[in-house]
Amino acid sequence: MIGAVRLGDMAPADVSAQLRSGGLRLNVPPFVVNIRSDIPVVREGLMALYGRHWVLPPNEGFSDFHVAVKARRGWGRAKCVFQMDGVEPFTPLALNEAFAFLEWGLNWCVTSQCHQWITLHAAVLERGGRAVLLPAPPGSGKSTLCAALMMDGWRLLSDEMVLLDPQTLQVTPSARPISLKNRSIDLMKARAPHARFGPVAHDTLKGTVCHMGVSDHSLAQAEETANPAWVVFPKYQSGAGLTVTPRGQASAMADLFANCFNHQVHGREGFRAMARLMAQVAAYDLVYDNLDAALAWMAAQVEAP
Amino acid sequence: MTKASPLDMLLKALQPGAAPVAWTDAQWDVLLRLARAADLLSRVGARARQQQWPVPARVAPHLHSARQMAGRQHRELALELREIDRVFAAAGIPVVVLKGAAYVLSGLDAAAGRMVSDIDLLVPTKALPQAESALMMAGWVSANRDAYDQRYYRTWMHEIPPMQHIARGTVIDLHHNILPPTGRIKLDPDHLLAAAVPLAGYAGLRVLSPADMVLHSAAHLTHEGELDTGLRGLVDLDALVRAFAEDPAFFGHLQQRAAALQLGVPLFQALDQAQRFLGTPLPPGWLDAVAAQAGVSRRSVRQVFLARCWQAAVPPRHPLLAHWFAPVARASLYLRGHWLRMPLGLLVRHLSRKAIRAVLPSGEDRAST
Repeated sequence: MIGAVRLGDMAPADVSAQLRSGGLRLNVPPFVVNIRSDIPVVREGLMALYGRHWVLPPNEGFSDFHVAVKARRGWGRAKCVFQMDGVEPFTPLALNEAFAFLEWGLNWCVTSQCHQWITLHAAVLERGGRAVLLPAPPGSGKSTLCAALMMDGWRLLSDEMVLLDPQTLQVTPSARPISLKNRSIDLMKARAPHARFGPVAHDTLKGTVCHMGVSDHSLAQAEETANPAWVVFPKYQSGAGLTVTPRGQASAMADLFANCFNHQVHGREGFRAMARLMAQVAAYDLVYDNLDAALAWMAAQVEAP
Repeated sequence: MTKASPLDMLLKALQPGAAPVAWTDAQWDVLLRLARAADLLSRVGARARQQQWPVPARVAPHLHSARQMAGRQHRELALELREIDRVFAAAGIPVVVLKGAAYVLSGLDAAAGRMVSDIDLLVPTKALPQAESALMMAGWVSANRDAYDQRYYRTWMHEIPPMQHIARGTVIDLHHNILPPTGRIKLDPDHLLAAAVPLAGYAGLRVLSPADMVLHSAAHLTHEGELDTGLRGLVDLDALVRAFAEDPAFFGHLQQRAAALQLGVPLFQALDQAQRFLGTPLPPGWLDAVAAQAGVSRRSVRQVFLARCWQAAVPPRHPLLAHWFAPVARASLYLRGHWLRMPLGLLVRHLSRKAIRAVLPSGEDRAST
């Protein structure tokens, strides 16, 4: 990229200066995001997790989103706000959540502005040219499984949302750091001591939160779309062993719709696209209590014809 | 393209015939940001498609996405209007569809890429209670449970509080006039209802006549105290006038109608702004004649100050357009909007009430993460 430099190769003072002035133009495929922030933890988080990402020259070119996380001092505890071009879609959060707020805010930018895709609340990874969608409610262990799969060699396309093209049914990668919560943080730090981790935010709405960086291998293929081959609904359940149950198309489709951010925008075309998707994927419920057993089952599915 | 101010780029993109050839990526960046802030991104997207602009690959998905959003609203609107038509026909109440929904129904260019979130309806004053209960039976209930707001709307406003469908979430604003009955311009809504035009394919839905549609748009813009979508309002007005101007008798008729309904001043003020911002084509000398007929001078201190306020308050709120006078102008127009709406004693009471409520904690919260 012309004039671009990796964030990790920049001096922290330069990163700070850009964040505090016109903005740091970070290439987070498939988007270019212009980020402004006066909060040190935001810079720390970006440098810890986006070191391999390209920074584009400031104040020129096109940015998909102009976002800011700013400190706001009032009467009580110091807070921070998330802004997309001056608009504040959320109530302020505690200052120590500033980096997590940036990540959540960016998710909002995509789900509220990017209706060129059908957007689904699910993790998506790829191996052997076949992508798996992992839709699941919070607390089901989706992010933990997703992080473990990535460390096991799967290519991460996203831990949070599937960008599905309604015509081609290809998934566009939008890999950003994986949001780990509570006990998963220590678990993943123990399993992957060499992975990149961001700042830890305690006492958030979701408990303790820490982001884990995208693997180099996933980042290297950030421009390559993937074809969904299966949908797995994961559920971590202590003492459950490993239970896999095939899921019917209609039931799987209904659950995917429940996890769809914008099916109303896509209307009938969107419904048809989802129906075509269901016809090409195999769907399973995966209940597990042991991460390695779940990884082994997933790996076996890739080998299967 | 030569160096244009950020606002000029947005205004150019909103006018017919001016394709943004050879814009840099940075210029597209500014255009999209301002268009989004003005709630006009889908309008720009519609223009881009109609006129086949050469849009850079990185920019095109955003315009496509905005068109998808507007398309979704229009689809939903079509279904809701079928239902509304059925409800009112069954109750035997005449109903006129206003603003965005009316532009979509009439297939006007003003509808292209127009975001329509609420459905505005006009019914005769005496049919208001009946219309409200018919809508309630069909699932629309008043979303606002605050006793003061209910009284404020019902006693002093030209519409009742918004009604939201319990299952589908669609919102109807039910009007019995287009200006508040307590306001300075006394307008008999029966004149508007009498001139309304039926729509083919519907049992009873009607829209305002072309002249009344323009007058409503103008009155709405100039009487509205909050101009958050001021530019969008001007884009509506501009598109309506351009479309209706194809009838050579239109401007003469519009002038007569404005005089008959005492809406000459708002018509002059709004079209003056439309011409300044969007180059709305008007016959030479026509606007001066409208002003003179309404008894105002373009060069009076009052009109010059008001025009200056609108110039500052109409552009979208965006950091790139920040200007010291904009907040002053917005505050002035806010007070003026209320001043036009109600007598002074009532105004003082209403604004004090709002000020007290702004300080006291409210139960409503914005979306949380």
